[in-house]
Amino acid sequence: MERVFVTGIGTISAIGNSVQEAFSSLTSAKSGIGEITILDTSHRGELVVAEVKLTNQQLSNLAETPFDPLLSRTALLGMIAAKEAIINANLEHVSDLRTGFISATSVGGMDLFELFFPNLLEKEVKTKIADVITHDCGDGTEKIADYLGVKGYMATISTACSSSANSIMLGARLIRNSMLDRVIAGGTDALTKFTLNGFNTLMILDREHCKPFDQNRKGLNLGEGAGFIVLESEKSAKEKEKLSELRGWANANDAYHQTASSPDGIGNFLAMNKALGINSISPEEIDYVNVHGTGTENNDQAEGTAIKRIFGENVPKFSSTKAFTGHTLGAAGGIEAVFSVLAIQQKTIFPNLNFSTPIEGFGITPETEVQREVEVKNVLSNSFGFGGNCSSLIFSGC
Amino acid sequence: MEAYINGIGCVSPQNTLDNNCFLDEVVEHNSDFLQCVAPDYKQFLDPKLARRMGRVIKMGVASAKIALRQANLENPDAIITGTGLGCIQDTEKFLTSVIENDEKLLTPTSFIQSTHNTIGGQIALMLGCNHYNMAYVHSGSSFETAMIDALMLLAENEAGNILLGGVDEITQHRFEVIKRLDYLKDESINNLDLLKSDSKGTIGGEGAVFFALSKVRSEKSVGKIQSVSTFYKPNSSNEVEKQISDFLGNNSVDLVVLGNSGDNRTDYFFNDLQKSIFANIPQVGFKHLCGEYFSSSAFALWLATQILNKQTVPEITCLNDMAVSEIKNILIYNHYRGVNHSLMLVSIC
Repeated sequence: MERVFVTGIGTISAIGNSVQEAFSSLTSAKSGIGEITILDTSHRGELVVAEVKLTNQQLSNLAETPFDPLLSRTALLGMIAAKEAIINANLEHVSDLRTGFISATSVGGMDLFELFFPNLLEKEVKTKIADVITHDCGDGTEKIADYLGVKGYMATISTACSSSANSIMLGARLIRNSMLDRVIAGGTDALTKFTLNGFNTLMILDREHCKPFDQNRKGLNLGEGAGFIVLESEKSAKEKEKLSELRGWANANDAYHQTASSPDGIGNFLAMNKALGINSISPEEIDYVNVHGTGTENNDQAEGTAIKRIFGENVPKFSSTKAFTGHTLGAAGGIEAVFSVLAIQQKTIFPNLNFSTPIEGFGITPETEVQREVEVKNVLSNSFGFGGNCSSLIFSGC
Repeated sequence: MEAYINGIGCVSPQNTLDNNCFLDEVVEHNSDFLQCVAPDYKQFLDPKLARRMGRVIKMGVASAKIALRQANLENPDAIITGTGLGCIQDTEKFLTSVIENDEKLLTPTSFIQSTHNTIGGQIALMLGCNHYNMAYVHSGSSFETAMIDALMLLAENEAGNILLGGVDEITQHRFEVIKRLDYLKDESINNLDLLKSDSKGTIGGEGAVFFALSKVRSEKSVGKIQSVSTFYKPNSSNEVEKQISDFLGNNSVDLVVLGNSGDNRTDYFFNDLQKSIFANIPQVGFKHLCGEYFSSSAFALWLATQILNKQTVPEITCLNDMAVSEIKNILIYNHYRGVNHSLMLVSIC
């Protein structure tokens, strides 16, 4: 079985347009959550979100690609993060060896489709063919792949909030089974009226900054962004600096409810447990858990219960970075994979912002201060979502 | 990497629910797009539950249950769904209410059901299946990428039995979008005339086809998937020919199932090969029966498996008049709008 190494990381989110900027925000407790200024919604002034504070024109400039009104924000964010990961991995020719590209997203090009859709409802308006939008997820993946120059294996995954953890897991399996030598994997999602209103009607949005794992948590804040990592086999990575080794992955289903987690977090438990088993890592070897930790009543309860079941009395240091980036849905697993690799590389554990009161009778408390120069050998990263989808990844130092 | 097919549930615009029949009565559609012949959902779903479910979810659940029943399988080790658009009806419904109500006083039901993994999630929920669950949403490769995952899971010994599906629905709004995108014929035509037309555009369709796959052969096995491959934006038919020859290696092919969509802007990939490497074998088409949609390869695989089992080729599917003898190996070559191409090899077992 081939081993799977991480050789490049890239991310863009409300806390920075690059890995460097994100790290600087994470270590200085600088949250990206705030007033809505980019998304056109009637919830401006009422809800807070974690926006990338650049217009699509500015994102195009950053990506060094001509502005195209039919290029979705989701694709633009993905281009920027995936390009950074490729540059970081020193990949000059992505078309040599067997290279694949896997992206994940929850709503694809919905940001453009929701602008076009009112035209469609008003049947008498004749939109020019050139302005018609289809929001299918694969289209965005192909735009990013074309931009990167990847033409080989390509796939798009959409399993709600666990999407990009599954994308990375698939990449790892394709390399482990010698089907590909190298995979650029991760995910991207832009903020849309569709998702903002969807989560708002579910009444799980905190009107203020979210407080993951706090007794008084009131819900999540939505965010946007993208996170991609370059995975390579030993043959492909050669002498290159290996940032991390991906040593665990698993996907399970909670099979409890379309949107809610089971009280005992069975899906969460199965995902973490199975991820540990891939390379026989014992729970004691985990130094840090980047939890899914959305800040909803239900998620943190289920995830915390499952964590206690896995780790018993010795729960490792853990934190949710969602109070920095917001919940970036289909991109979350990719962005948090980047943070997990950073934790190992920079010997740093990131703080769980806005935490003050432990959950009653729970007995577990997240890290609230940034910790530098700590030995971080193995990081467990969790991503759970609608449809009962639960996935966990384990990154290790090299 | 290979898999045995032990059960198939096919909900399509044809009468395909009963695998004992094989296109005995072909359904003609004289409408803008082809919609599925609706199963009697009461057989598969609690009516109270069914009322709240979107149509595509019901189609998916019904086809999954038929496949499981045929395979005599209660709970698979993995559920993998390929869907280009997921629950598009619920997506449109929620978006319409967001726009019409100016983002106020909305209800969450259609949003909850709009995620692309709803079909797989609902099946897991009904079966109480805690295992691996994935949704592939890559346009015209949605079903194929799902299948690659399924074959890999079996090879990894991560699963012994897998429920694999290709599911997409068409709606009035989707029809209008692809009409304005110039994907469709200018005039609506009878679906059975689709492959006779020499003009631009195709006809939209839909379907939900689930397969119960197994690592080992059993008395239930009705076919064997030998391999699957996808490729992207080939420059020419020559490049496709090269892909096919690499894919087949030493395997012989007794019949080919082709994804001709009636669109003369992209059917040349098929037409060129029909005149060259496929000239001397029976050729079969299917998009006049189910319409063009992202996961239509799943319908093609149903068709190929039926041909292998029945050892007959329904006349309505024939694209040439080559005599059919024993059919052991079938190649399926499909593409969506010339962008997402795929190859599947399926054999008797």
